[in-house]
Amino acid sequence: MSSEYKLKTPLEKEDLARLKIGDKVLLSGKIYTARDAAHKRLVQLIKEGKELPIELEGQVIYYVGPTPPKPGQVIGSAGPTTSERMDPYAPLLLDHGLKAMIGKGQRSNAVVEAIKRNGAVYFAATGGVGALLAKAVKSSRIVAYEELGAEAIRELEVEDFPLIVAIDAQGRDLYVEGVSQYCLP
Amino acid sequence: MRELDVSEVIPQVKKLCIEANYYIGEDVLEKLEEALTQEESPVGKEILHQILTNHRMAAKEEMPACQDTGVAVIFVELGQDLHLKGGDLYSAINEGVRQGYKDGYLRKSLVDDPVIERKNTGDNTPAIIHLDIVPGDQLKITVAPKGGGSENMSEVRMLTPADGLEGVMNFVVDRVRRSGGNPCPPIIVGVGIGGNFEACALLAKKALMRDLRDRHPEPKWAQVEDELLLRINRLGIGPMGLGGRITALGVKILTLPCHIASMPVAVNIQCHAARHKTAVI
Ligand code: SF4
Repeated sequence: MSSEYKLKTPLEKEDLARLKIGDKVLLSGKIYTARDAAHKRLVQLIKEGKELPIELEGQVIYYVGPTPPKPGQVIGSAGPTTSERMDPYAPLLLDHGLKAMIGKGQRSNAVVEAIKRNGAVYFAATGGVGALLAKAVKSSRIVAYEELGAEAIRELEVEDFPLIVAIDAQGRDLYVEGVSQYCLP
Repeated sequence: MRELDVSEVIPQVKKLCIEANYYIGEDVLEKLEEALTQEESPVGKEILHQILTNHRMAAKEEMPACQDTGVAVIFVELGQDLHLKGGDLYSAINEGVRQGYKDGYLRKSLVDDPVIERKNTGDNTPAIIHLDIVPGDQLKITVAPKGGGSENMSEVRMLTPADGLEGVMNFVVDRVRRSGGNPCPPIIVGVGIGGNFEACALLAKKALMRDLRDRHPEPKWAQVEDELLLRINRLGIGPMGLGGRITALGVKILTLPCHIASMPVAVNIQCHAARHKTAVI
């Protein structure tokens, strides 16, 4: 049976070790946003041995490109984007302390391996529910690459952000196991 | 002959862009409710519940249901007895899109050069405009914002007549299988069959404009739609690809006559954030 957990960032390895695929997690605390362009830059800096604009240890990256906020809103509609595009960059970030990623859709074998190797987790947020997820965001500020616009790195303060464990620290993958459980011949 | 100043088109298109993104259609909501009663996976149920809550919340708070407010796909039916004056229709439509995406706080998701620079155009133009000339003196405009996640999972295949109905069905089901969770299931599957290479792609998109609750007027095709939906929902992909009974909410087919040597098929995948709004001027 799947369980429900409340977690707070920064994430500890022990917190993640007990999570199983299919578990529901309500995440609170600070998380970062980053998409393709920001990932490319972060990976470049790591390869050059330079300092990163954000601390990765124990942190969570959310793959999102929100709509512009209306006056008075903290953030616009803010659902996950397809994670696949971040697959080439994710393993290196995981090897440098990143503990969880939030996105939608399957990950490559290399990412699953890096998750296992580092005791990390991949959370699925529901795609297309940007209005609902925006409600769980309490503050938002740009911390790097402002010039990238919607692709800048933001620090979000979230409260009870609803997630599902899609790939757990043991490397089990709900995109594979869930589908085979419900697939009919 | 009736005359219409194209400047009247601008506020209409603007309004449609905003409304399409804020208010998901009743037909989609009804099917999602139905899906919630049929889904067996606990994770799947949780996701369907979130989707329904989201779509209602977006309408209430007047904000985009999904952050990918897409490319503005616009179907125009122009009555042949209507005389448009005061400028060009395409510019007026694009101005409406520009204003709608700005004033509606929608995300600008278009790049100018598709490969080399890929620089954001800044105002979500140009729209993709399909124009049909029809009898009458009215102008009918449908705005259908389309996100990248589901559009990327779409495909055209030039089947041969020997592939038959089974070949068509296998292609459609396989296209959905290979898409997994990427197009944000539960999806709606638009299928265009016949015509030629480019005509079937447009048909597939037009099929997605049908009311999700309707039945194909031709019983033989209604039956194929039912059979395809059944097969797709046996795949087990489920809501968001995490496993479950409900992968698709519906399959919509449109057909055209085609060449004796051809059998083109297009599959246009639509996510649960199925958005389109129509106005008649
Ligand atoms: S596939 Fe649809 S629901 Fe999912 S993120 Fe894209 S536009 Fe939104």
